[in-house]
Amino acid sequence: MTQLTLKINGQSHSIDADPDMPLLWAIRESVGLTGTKYGCGVAQCGACTVFVGGLPVRSCSMPVSAVGADEITTIEGLKSKEALAVQKAWVKLDVPQCGYCQSGQIMSATSLLEINAKPTDRDIDLAMNGNICRCATYVRIRAAIHDAAKSLEG
Amino acid sequence: MIYELRKRGTSAMNIRSQNSSVATELPQAIARMSVEDATRLSRRSILKTGAAGLALGVYLARGGKAFAQQPPAASINITPNTFLIIGSDNTVTVLCKHIEMGQGPFTGMATLVAEELDADWSQMRADHAPSNPGLYKNLAFGVQGTGGSTAIANSFEQMRKVGASARAMLVSAAAAEWNVPAEEITVENGVIRHSSGKEGRFGEFAAKANQQPLPENPKLKDPSQFKLIGKEGVVKRLDSAAKSNGSAVYTMDINEPDMLTVLIARSPRFGGTVASFDASATKAIPGVVDVKQVPMGVAVYAKGFWAARKGREALKVTWDDSKAEKRGTGQLLSEFRMLSNTPGKVVKEEGAVDAEFAKGGGRIVEAEFVFPYLAHAAMEPLNSYLKWDGEKVVSRFGSQFPTPDMAVMAQVLGVKPENIDLKTILAGGSFGRRAQQTTHIAFELASVAKAIGPGPGVKVVWTREDDMRGGYYRPFALHRMRGLVRDKKIVAWTDTIVSQSIMKGSPFEAMTMKNGLDATVYEGSNEIPYDVENFRCDLHQVEIGVPVLWWRSVGHTHTGYAVEAFVDELLEAAGIDAVEGRLALMSKKPRHAGVLKAVAELSDWKNAKLAPGRARGIAVVESFNTFVAQVVELSMTDDGPKVHKVWCAVDCGVAVNPDIIRAQMEGGIGFGLGHILYADIPLEDGRPVSGNFDTYRSLRINEMPEIEVTIVQSTEKPTGVGEPGVPPIGPAVANALAKLGLKRPRQLPMVPGASV
Ligand code: FES
Ligand code: FES
Repeated sequence: MTQLTLKINGQSHSIDADPDMPLLWAIRESVGLTGTKYGCGVAQCGACTVFVGGLPVRSCSMPVSAVGADEITTIEGLKSKEALAVQKAWVKLDVPQCGYCQSGQIMSATSLLEINAKPTDRDIDLAMNGNICRCATYVRIRAAIHDAAKSLEG
Repeated sequence: MIYELRKRGTSAMNIRSQNSSVATELPQAIARMSVEDATRLSRRSILKTGAAGLALGVYLARGGKAFAQQPPAASINITPNTFLIIGSDNTVTVLCKHIEMGQGPFTGMATLVAEELDADWSQMRADHAPSNPGLYKNLAFGVQGTGGSTAIANSFEQMRKVGASARAMLVSAAAAEWNVPAEEITVENGVIRHSSGKEGRFGEFAAKANQQPLPENPKLKDPSQFKLIGKEGVVKRLDSAAKSNGSAVYTMDINEPDMLTVLIARSPRFGGTVASFDASATKAIPGVVDVKQVPMGVAVYAKGFWAARKGREALKVTWDDSKAEKRGTGQLLSEFRMLSNTPGKVVKEEGAVDAEFAKGGGRIVEAEFVFPYLAHAAMEPLNSYLKWDGEKVVSRFGSQFPTPDMAVMAQVLGVKPENIDLKTILAGGSFGRRAQQTTHIAFELASVAKAIGPGPGVKVVWTREDDMRGGYYRPFALHRMRGLVRDKKIVAWTDTIVSQSIMKGSPFEAMTMKNGLDATVYEGSNEIPYDVENFRCDLHQVEIGVPVLWWRSVGHTHTGYAVEAFVDELLEAAGIDAVEGRLALMSKKPRHAGVLKAVAELSDWKNAKLAPGRARGIAVVESFNTFVAQVVELSMTDDGPKVHKVWCAVDCGVAVNPDIIRAQMEGGIGFGLGHILYADIPLEDGRPVSGNFDTYRSLRINEMPEIEVTIVQSTEKPTGVGEPGVPPIGPAVANALAKLGLKRPRQLPMVPGASV
């Protein structure tokens, strides 16, 4: 067990953890932020997506000790205008069904809009195909990303 | 166990057997009756006991425990308070007797209540009802539970009455307060008004309304007066916001102080048992608290998931496989093939099918269709939570079938059912998996709690691999079909099915199977929507040691494919158009014909000009009394079929929430498509091979087609939409491939070995 300090959503958390433990469990169980989900544990589904140093990572496959001093952002800490536009579009188009994958979807969609203000369908395919939705809400995910991009045009 | 169920189920079955062949999913099979039958029945029993249907306020007074976390202090429980809580802040919370697992009952139930209550949609909220079969039974089952796409069907009248009663009581309270006749009061968008200019909101009158008598038979609106039901753009899902900001709480998110996370080492082969185990290395892992043998394996109790997982990895278990299933799917397939060439037990026979084939002439078409085991693989792997002190039990999880789940917990823990506070919470999908004929999830949870004894709460977590290799699959199935086409007519049809029963060996066997045959295996194959004079459907119901379960649309997952791919092939052999040909054979099936025509029109089936390399296929399947037809347009790529667009027509009676119906069609199509293209759980020497999404390929966004849905206008009673979107997509894809000059795939998945 090792003492580690994680900076999550602007707050510092000291935790005592196995250095090999995936970041996912530190976020969910040590810190108690449960919006980030466990879906596969092997970087296949994207349900565990968070930002580390501003970039999306699969937290199920990153050892907690590898984070270092990088800032972590979870679904609970989203603040950028892109993130808010994405969340608004998700509600407007009633994207979620069971909802379990949607934190991960929203993290990936936010990241896409932060680097590409006007994504094409192909850009969306490339950015989002690491996120599985077993309820297959993909039609609305695509529509909501376009909708969010449009709303950001002002 | 589950006496209540058995009793109701038996009587219900008699009613059902006079009816047609709808009985399908367990809950339906338990009840074996239509919603109307059940409603009549329950009304009768209400009359008998003298309890007015909605005057259930006693429940709170007597057993407030189930509401430990609600209602909030400020709110007042207006009768019928078992379904409705009106807060002093004017919010109206509907307690939903069905599990919200994505299919939308929170929004659906609230729509029905709000319509008759004349509430404003913005004041509506929803939460799960606690477990109490007396109050919250599914009127189609007689027990509390969700399945068979029954939520809206069984609640349509009941929830509207709840809203209408509450409205009448609020009006009476306002009339008394203002000293005016109730008839002069109107209610609109959550505002109660009198012509004198007096007005108020629900919150102000909730307490006084609670003192008013419950209307005997509240008047319901004429459909022409509906403002929410069937309307576009007014009703939004109640759970979208919480599911878009990370605040929605699922079983996986339960994080109680002192709670232990439990992972179980289960036999790699179905039916294997623990011969011996060595937990010394496990116990040395920091965070591991205890290790116990339980009926389903060896349980590792730890502080958190990671310690439990490391602990389980360090565990050494020797399994006794003497009773385990050791056949692989290759061997099963050879056995199925042999059987399928011999006559099975006849499910349905009409005309003189053998004589017709013997006559000679015409063209005989033969086909064998093979369907793999499939896992539900809901996004949230299985899990459950329970805490007990030796007497009282608190349990929270996505229980899709609370009444039997509660019964088995009571039995294992030796407590009275009334001492169990079970509340269903949001489930991250299910597709049937969270309701089991064996109640094994609840049994496992209670066994794990019992093994370590009263005290800290236990959360049993299944890893993705546990979930995927844990059985309860869509059964492996084979259909051997034979058809005869003469003079441009289909004159004979046989379908020999080989598969495993879902009900057999379960506590429900006695009441759910007819002549020893399980309807969930043949539903859809025994009654095809086409006029074929000489017809036979027979079944070999085989015994395999692999646990199987209903999987989103149950038997229709394979019978829909077999029937619709085969009829298309026969029509092709007869040289008749797929739409015209089907319609000509549907003389007794107007609703099938209705969706077929609707989808043909929507997709411009007749005249559409397709790009080179593209082709279209069509299929129509009824399941759970809902009719769905789909047209696909696809092309072929190195990675298998690429579906560009799907047109879908659905007839589910009165459409309560059009946008949720569309969403369920979209989701059903994507779910169905992913599985017919890619999914398979092969067994090697009895061991499931696929364990995660790298070997059980799931549809991804780049594989999702564009989808256009039309809802056929109908005044028929509403029926469900959670499952019926799934069956037509597979055969529609197969039929489009045939148009490209390829063969209709005979064995699923269409892209074998499809690991990413
Ligand atoms: S849980 Fe991390 S990618 Fe699936
Ligand atoms: S909404 Fe259920 S998995 Fe995506």
